[in-house]
Amino acid sequence: MSYFRNIKDAVVTIADGMAVTFSHLVRKPTTIEYPDRLPDGIRVQDTLPFRYRGILEVDLEICTACLACERACPIDCIVIDAQKDKAAGGLVMTRFDIDMAKCMYCGLCSEPCPTGAIHHTPEFEGADYSLESLIRHYVKAPTVAYKPKKSGEDDPAIKPILDRGLRYVAEFAVSGAGDDSPAE
Amino acid sequence: MQELVDGLMASGALPASVPAWAHYLAAMLVFGGVVVFGFVLPIAGITTWVERRVMGRMQSRIGPNRVGPAGFLQWLADGLKNLLKEDIVPRASDAGLFKLAPYVVIMGFVATFAVLPFSGDLIIADMNVGILYVTSVTALVVVGILMAGWASNNKWSLLGGIRSAAQIVSYEIPAGLSIFPIVALTGTLSMQGLIAAQGPHPWQWFIFDNPFTLLAFLVFFVSALAEGNRTPFDLPEAESELVAGFATEYSGMRNLLFFMAEWGNLYVIGAIVTTLFLGGWQIPWALDGQPVLRNALQFGVFFAKSYFFVFLAIWLRWTLPRVRVDQMMTMCWKYLVPIALVNLLGTATWILVFPDGVPLVRWVLAGLAAIGLVAFFWRVRYHVRQAGYGRAQLSFNPLATTRVRW
Repeated sequence: MSYFRNIKDAVVTIADGMAVTFSHLVRKPTTIEYPDRLPDGIRVQDTLPFRYRGILEVDLEICTACLACERACPIDCIVIDAQKDKAAGGLVMTRFDIDMAKCMYCGLCSEPCPTGAIHHTPEFEGADYSLESLIRHYVKAPTVAYKPKKSGEDDPAIKPILDRGLRYVAEFAVSGAGDDSPAE
Repeated sequence: MQELVDGLMASGALPASVPAWAHYLAAMLVFGGVVVFGFVLPIAGITTWVERRVMGRMQSRIGPNRVGPAGFLQWLADGLKNLLKEDIVPRASDAGLFKLAPYVVIMGFVATFAVLPFSGDLIIADMNVGILYVTSVTALVVVGILMAGWASNNKWSLLGGIRSAAQIVSYEIPAGLSIFPIVALTGTLSMQGLIAAQGPHPWQWFIFDNPFTLLAFLVFFVSALAEGNRTPFDLPEAESELVAGFATEYSGMRNLLFFMAEWGNLYVIGAIVTTLFLGGWQIPWALDGQPVLRNALQFGVFFAKSYFFVFLAIWLRWTLPRVRVDQMMTMCWKYLVPIALVNLLGTATWILVFPDGVPLVRWVLAGLAAIGLVAFFWRVRYHVRQAGYGRAQLSFNPLATTRVRW
């Protein structure tokens, strides 16, 4: 009798399975269409969390030229050249290059950064026509490295950048931090 | 067709100096070309778009929606892309057979359109062996697939080809045996004859003629799916096991020809099922004075019925997993073949006992089918509720896209 039970099982289970798929057919699709079907003025990037690991960005104003990121990078896509220059008053950076073609978005460089100068952005549209143009040169002209002040930063031009960087670093240890806040 | 050419020759529209057979040949080529390029290729292409949209919605996605309105021109873009691809023939392959195989496959599929009725008057050739011709000419597909599998000189291709041969040869038997009851009821093999013996209303269709024809319909549909290499019987392709089966080494246009045959075959399956079991192009009105309107309506009815089965095959594909080879064989030889034989004997007995049919049985079967359909949609409603979905999360617009609010 298992013969007829097999037939019955086949028919009933297939019919029920088809009912399940049909019930999906009448559901609204959940896809968010990238990039042009969002409401006006909103980019997908704006909807991503603060800590989203997109393309790397360096805030040279608060970079201390400590080379921690260069050492942390597992694939050596960061190259920094810095020399001591008494006249200029500290380290002078002549080169800060990140090869985004090599970068694997692991986030290990932004973790040891003392000021949060190197950090990921929610930007992810990095397509380009040549490999060379994927290398980002952050130092345009020799720049004096930032020196943290014991009393805290008081320069109004640098303060918001530093606050943002420190918040970025501080949130490393907190699980779930920054999930809901929009990118700045 | 022949009458049309004869009439044109008699009226002097065609030069009489050319022999009549040349006119017939030219007319056949022209009409065949119109059907192939005007109907067969678009229907195969559009089915790919329909499949991808339906698949998308069944997986809570949207599907292709960029090329043309709602992505409708995606099939043209895909075809154009494949035409422009490099034509690669592997060095170790049997080049002659390798190049020939896609044409054999597509020929076996396109040739069926010669006898498929589009409406009461629109048919290329109403052969007196119509349905027999269809079953025999589709057997050409297995030759092409086996040819492709062998000529590719690749283990995946060969496995796919051998699986296909085993599968199609096996499932031809239940499919053929399920055609016999209908042929026995009508006493004709002609496609138009089969349709003429049915009526426009569901209870006049052969599917509800007696319980055995209802079973024959199910057996035939399952066997036709297996012959068309459709999921759950897509073992010859089996993407997750055999790369792409017999089509592994094919690229560009040759690969496209295989897939065109597969998708076009869905429509052929639907058309044959409609012809045999679902009353074909029959409409309730005679419309003797308006041949254009009549044929348009008949075409619409036939197309809608056939295309429902295309949808059904797509729907099944995204419901069922692929069966194993032994399960496929078990299903054919232990279940479908015996059931088909019982159907044949049962229908023969039915014809002997009730030569004029039993209207009550037709009504009861049609009613049971309607009840089954209602029960099915009740079950769909149950599953929607089970998922905790209300009216706000549902959309009955087949082309719906998502609007996100932040």
